[in-house]
Amino acid sequence: MPKLFAAKTLLLAAAVTGALGATSDSKAQADEQFIPALVYRSGPYAPNGIPFANGYADYLTLINERDGGINGVKIAFEECETGYATDRGVECYERLKSRGPTGAAAFSPLSTGITYALTEKVSADKIPLITMGYGRSESVDGSVFMWNFPLLGTYWDAADVLIQHIGNLNGGLDKLKGKKIALVYHDSPYGKEPIPLLQERARRHGFELMTIPVTHPGVEQKAAWLQIRQARPDYVLLWGWGVMNSTAIKEAVAVNYPRDHMYGVWWAGAEPDVLPAGADAKGYNALALQHSAGQTSVHADILKYVYGKGKGAGEKDEVGQVLYNRGMINAMLLVESIRTAQGKYGKKPLTGEQVRWGIENLNLDQKRISQVGMAGMLQPFKVSCHDHAGAHHARIHQWDGTKWVFASGWIEADQGVIRPMVDAAATKYAKEKNLTRRDCGGN
Amino acid sequence: MFYREAGQFKTTYRADQAVFPIRQDQIFIVVWLAVGFFLVPLISSEYLLRAILIPFLILALAALGLNLLVGYCGQLSLGTGGFMAVGAYAAYNLCVRIPQLNPLIAFLLAGGVATLVGIGFGIPSLRIKGYYLAVATLAAQFFLDWVFSRVAWFTNNTPSGSISAPPVTLFRFTFDTPVRKYLLCLAFLVLFAAIAKNLVRGRIGRAWMATRDMDVAAEIIGIRPMYAKLSAFAISSFVIGVAGGLWAFVHLGSWEPLAFDVNRSFSILFMVIIGGLGSILGSILGAAFITVLPLMLNQLPEWLGVPISTAMISNLETMTFGSLIVFFLIVEPLGLARLWRIAKEKMRLWPFPY
Repeated sequence: MPKLFAAKTLLLAAAVTGALGATSDSKAQADEQFIPALVYRSGPYAPNGIPFANGYADYLTLINERDGGINGVKIAFEECETGYATDRGVECYERLKSRGPTGAAAFSPLSTGITYALTEKVSADKIPLITMGYGRSESVDGSVFMWNFPLLGTYWDAADVLIQHIGNLNGGLDKLKGKKIALVYHDSPYGKEPIPLLQERARRHGFELMTIPVTHPGVEQKAAWLQIRQARPDYVLLWGWGVMNSTAIKEAVAVNYPRDHMYGVWWAGAEPDVLPAGADAKGYNALALQHSAGQTSVHADILKYVYGKGKGAGEKDEVGQVLYNRGMINAMLLVESIRTAQGKYGKKPLTGEQVRWGIENLNLDQKRISQVGMAGMLQPFKVSCHDHAGAHHARIHQWDGTKWVFASGWIEADQGVIRPMVDAAATKYAKEKNLTRRDCGGN
Repeated sequence: MFYREAGQFKTTYRADQAVFPIRQDQIFIVVWLAVGFFLVPLISSEYLLRAILIPFLILALAALGLNLLVGYCGQLSLGTGGFMAVGAYAAYNLCVRIPQLNPLIAFLLAGGVATLVGIGFGIPSLRIKGYYLAVATLAAQFFLDWVFSRVAWFTNNTPSGSISAPPVTLFRFTFDTPVRKYLLCLAFLVLFAAIAKNLVRGRIGRAWMATRDMDVAAEIIGIRPMYAKLSAFAISSFVIGVAGGLWAFVHLGSWEPLAFDVNRSFSILFMVIIGGLGSILGSILGAAFITVLPLMLNQLPEWLGVPISTAMISNLETMTFGSLIVFFLIVEPLGLARLWRIAKEKMRLWPFPY
């Protein structure tokens, strides 16, 4: 037995050393642009992580299959599983950051916790961080957060749009006085992010804000909803992710809280959130980050060039779901940024630093949005050094029991409220880290 | 043959009481230290240092601290994550509130804070033991978690609850590159391993082990259980607190309370159990097993060139890792350190086992 064991150990050791030797065999070739993807396809956040990852992967495959890459530069693409855990996310970042001939183009960790952990690392490594609709709210200020891009809006924008919408329903923001609004949030940097804005709004308009934390991963919410049953807030804002969202809707049913008075953030407004609750989820509202579910001409291309060739990352009938579309838009924004940067640096694989310039100078007009086949999914927007988000508006969509339908027009987050908070928070960060503000010039 | 101590005569008591009485062991440890301090920094890639070796060294330090308590003194603790958090937040607050304080000194002071908290939560151990003590320390874990995510003062009123650490410096020398960070962590681990080794050989360690083996008997031969148990909690918490500070400042850089949740406590306890209870080497081997193995399993399909989907890899990783834990516990319930000891015994006799 011991001999056998020793032999086995030796074999294992040999296998491992052999494997270690083989690491240098990288998939990326000299003329490819490497794009990393931090995904979570397992664990409690997988129901939401999977469609996003599929949309991201499929769009990049589409660019390779249909166009032969970005202006002829093929995309090399690799996933790394984070499980939504910050330490694994950092490990994945280290693993992927220097792949390919020019290193990683940009990271989109799809986790506010990982975003916080990477914020300082990316500025040292000169790789941009695209946090589309999540991440640190103050990173809108590009003069301090040079490498962070919370494209299409932050949580402060989201919370502001929701409060404005609730104000509109009540006939004006001043009518909110005396009302009670509860925030049920994931107890992590993600869930805590909207609180400062909601407090500011509560102070201005005189509504009462209740904050109710839910511990990770959010399958146990009885205590939170008991509080809601006792206090009966007029509205409930839901800042959840993964299984927490569907659990929250089920708990709302259990305590008989009206679903049409619940408003989710854009990460709590997709099919995996409402489907488990079945017909009871009817009437539930959530923000839509520009787009909702549905298909446009880009989906037809994906079905033809990607799924038609058997290269799809997921199931064919999931193409066009809310989170699938969001992953796809995330990939599209990165691809368009690389295209913008190629205009300046040439049609070759670009470094993270060059891609950063591309993101900062990204200007998507209506024509370009139609060209990429996403007409109607998002509004034209322009990123600048001063404003790293580019857009600050959203719509509300409502679950009618079978599909999402828009329940409001475009609402623009009030930058008069948000910008002073951004400036204060960014200045505080700069002071803590001894950073000097970059001069943004005219824009 | 290679590992024979024949001909090595001890002529003084001092030589007989050395930490490594066998010459081969002395050579061995010097070689390992040389590899650790000189060879590894030279040949390692940034990924290896940052994502594997630095977390491994820091968690080995935490496992070492916990092993003093669980392995040597027999007091089961599930509060390791909480005590690491105490170290991390204490170091952060000391640095933020006293800006001229050097972070390295802050780590040691933070270890002191963790010591006080550890003694506080160690008091129940005077009355309860075994599983009941595990539950009491679990309460400490949840309480500390709650404190750091709810009391805004500890996070310097950061709205998101995520804080970032100032750089670690020593006389204008900044520990910023992966190699420097690695050497800092290695130095801490070697220092504390040496201290721990000498502690457990001495009066305090013997008192701990007597308490672990039979507390009534220990009391009868004149060991004060209060002193033995609380000193174990104190020293263990100190080491764990320093490890927490390193984990936050050197490895993570920016963190949230979730970084020190109950899963951290469990994984460190598993390191101690799998590595070997009551063994300094075991803490290090256990930490290597728990931190490095999952990452290797995760990347193995890619190294071998087998295309498997990301979801499948991560499920396989969990399954293989779980079955390996079971396998090792069945093959050697006393831990990896015991396997090493058996190997050593065999090497001393080889090639003539009889």
